[in-house]
Amino acid sequence: MSSLLTVAMPKGRIFQEAVELLRQAGYPLPPEFEDSRKLIIEIEEAGMRFILAKPMDVPTYVEHGVADVGIAGKDVMLEEERDVYEVLDLKISDCYLAVAGLAELKEHSVAPKIATKYPNVAAQYFREQGEQVEIIKLNGSIELAPLIGLADRIVDIVSTGRTLKENGLVELEKIREITSRIIVNPASYRMKAAVIDELVERLSKVVESKEEIR
Amino acid sequence: MSKPFVFEKPMGMRDTLPVLYQVKQQVRTVMEQEIRDWGYQFIQTPTLEYYDTVGEASAILDQQLFKLLDSEGKTLVLRPDMTAPIARVVSSSMKDVAYPIRLAYDSAVFRSQQREGGRPAEFEQVGVELIGDGTSSADAEVIALMISTLSKAGLQEFKVAVGHIGFLNELFVEVLGNEDRAEELLRFLYEKNYVGYASHVKNLPLSSIDKKRLLDLLHLRGGEDVLRSAEELTAVGGKKAISDLRELLNILELYGVQDKVVLDFTLFSHMSYYTGIVFEGYTNQLGFPLCSGGRYDQLLGEFGRSAQAIGFGIRLDYLLEALSAKEPLAVRTCIIFSAENRKEAIAKSRELREQGHSVVVQDISGIGNVDEYSSRFQDVIYVIGKSEKGEAR
Repeated sequence: MSSLLTVAMPKGRIFQEAVELLRQAGYPLPPEFEDSRKLIIEIEEAGMRFILAKPMDVPTYVEHGVADVGIAGKDVMLEEERDVYEVLDLKISDCYLAVAGLAELKEHSVAPKIATKYPNVAAQYFREQGEQVEIIKLNGSIELAPLIGLADRIVDIVSTGRTLKENGLVELEKIREITSRIIVNPASYRMKAAVIDELVERLSKVVESKEEIR
Repeated sequence: MSKPFVFEKPMGMRDTLPVLYQVKQQVRTVMEQEIRDWGYQFIQTPTLEYYDTVGEASAILDQQLFKLLDSEGKTLVLRPDMTAPIARVVSSSMKDVAYPIRLAYDSAVFRSQQREGGRPAEFEQVGVELIGDGTSSADAEVIALMISTLSKAGLQEFKVAVGHIGFLNELFVEVLGNEDRAEELLRFLYEKNYVGYASHVKNLPLSSIDKKRLLDLLHLRGGEDVLRSAEELTAVGGKKAISDLRELLNILELYGVQDKVVLDFTLFSHMSYYTGIVFEGYTNQLGFPLCSGGRYDQLLGEFGRSAQAIGFGIRLDYLLEALSAKEPLAVRTCIIFSAENRKEAIAKSRELREQGHSVVVQDISGIGNVDEYSSRFQDVIYVIGKSEKGEAR
């Protein structure tokens, strides 16, 4: 076990904003950091080792303790329900989870079908609404499902709403707001308390100062 | 559903191969000895228990229980922990033994795994229960014994986080006024969702001072000075818990183990089971807590013999993972004989075993490749052919 703090970063949408935040918090990440195709990047000056994972997998790495800390969207946290500490809302990558469907929604008479990347979240949401639905798990391009008749409605994250609009879908219900979070492995939270507390402290200062500007 | 292949086992079930078995045996022996040296007596209970008794009383969530039906249709469970069975024994077969009672166990427990690998569904737990003693001395003894057992097993770098359920309950009820609202907050701690906790607190109709008290709780982690910060958060309710913890730390110092202990007021690992101090042990090599325990003063009452009680359980599977496993002593000596020298070979093996060696006695006609087979041993004694003398190499 090295003394570096292992941080699981989500590739894609959140990555750039998260890197920016870490830099603002005073962690010296080199400019070429973003361009690397490596999956593991060690940055001794920052005392950190970064692993680049699929966003949906970040909580898995952290739960098993191969990463001490991770950055994960609340959507992923809700879907995965991993046993990790969720310690700080970074307030980046704002979006929300919503139910959407065709403008003139024709409910399936036998069993309403929902297509989604988030089967657990969707199942729980509709249960809470008192509605029994059948869920079909997809891995991407969820908007396709109602267009082609695979499902009546979808549950997905919406940031600008453009994709929905361009495909003739309308938002029906908002489920909840989503932002990215710092998550921490329970063992690391105690064994590496000082380093992790400092990371959280520095990041929360950056987050707070941004809030004030807004 | 296709039939399983012959090599497949049910999800989460693992084999223990010879090397691991031997390491495990060594670790287990050292741990049992230490626990016995502290005056705890080992017991065994059945693998199967009734769902309505042990299953219900156990701290393990319902969906993690392995359930089956007996021939009368009663629901059984594979024991999910040892604490509930011991509570049953203490309240029935041992009901005439006066408190306090010190018992220990080393048993396999079962937790059904729904999701993925990396977590066994059956694993061995070594632990103790100290029943019928509600003092801080008992709290400290159990924690000190857990630390001592881990150290004896060879684990060097580890920390035990200690919290107090009483403090959380009292503080929340004091600030929020009732237990339902307190439970909402406890739920966030249980889910380890501090972000949710903080935003819930911010939306409560409370004074900013009270909000700050609740938010500051999340920072109550660290050494003895945390007790002072905790004192500032609570007017009356949590004071008892704080003095309990202060006394606990003082006693742990007498045991010389205070450097392994950190306070953590946010520790809340079960919604309703524990009643006083709670603790979890961690080490650098592992992402999961390798041991845990706490005070459970309600459980014995469910079996009809109320008592204050505290205990710990150490997961042997995690502990072995965390220990840098030493190369175990394998069988080092082999006598390879041909049929006409059998008598001599057996006599020789008896002699060596009496001297304390592990010896394999192998008929040469039962081996395919003699060179390959003999290379597994450090000493090979051949007792072959008509010559009286064995040839060693």
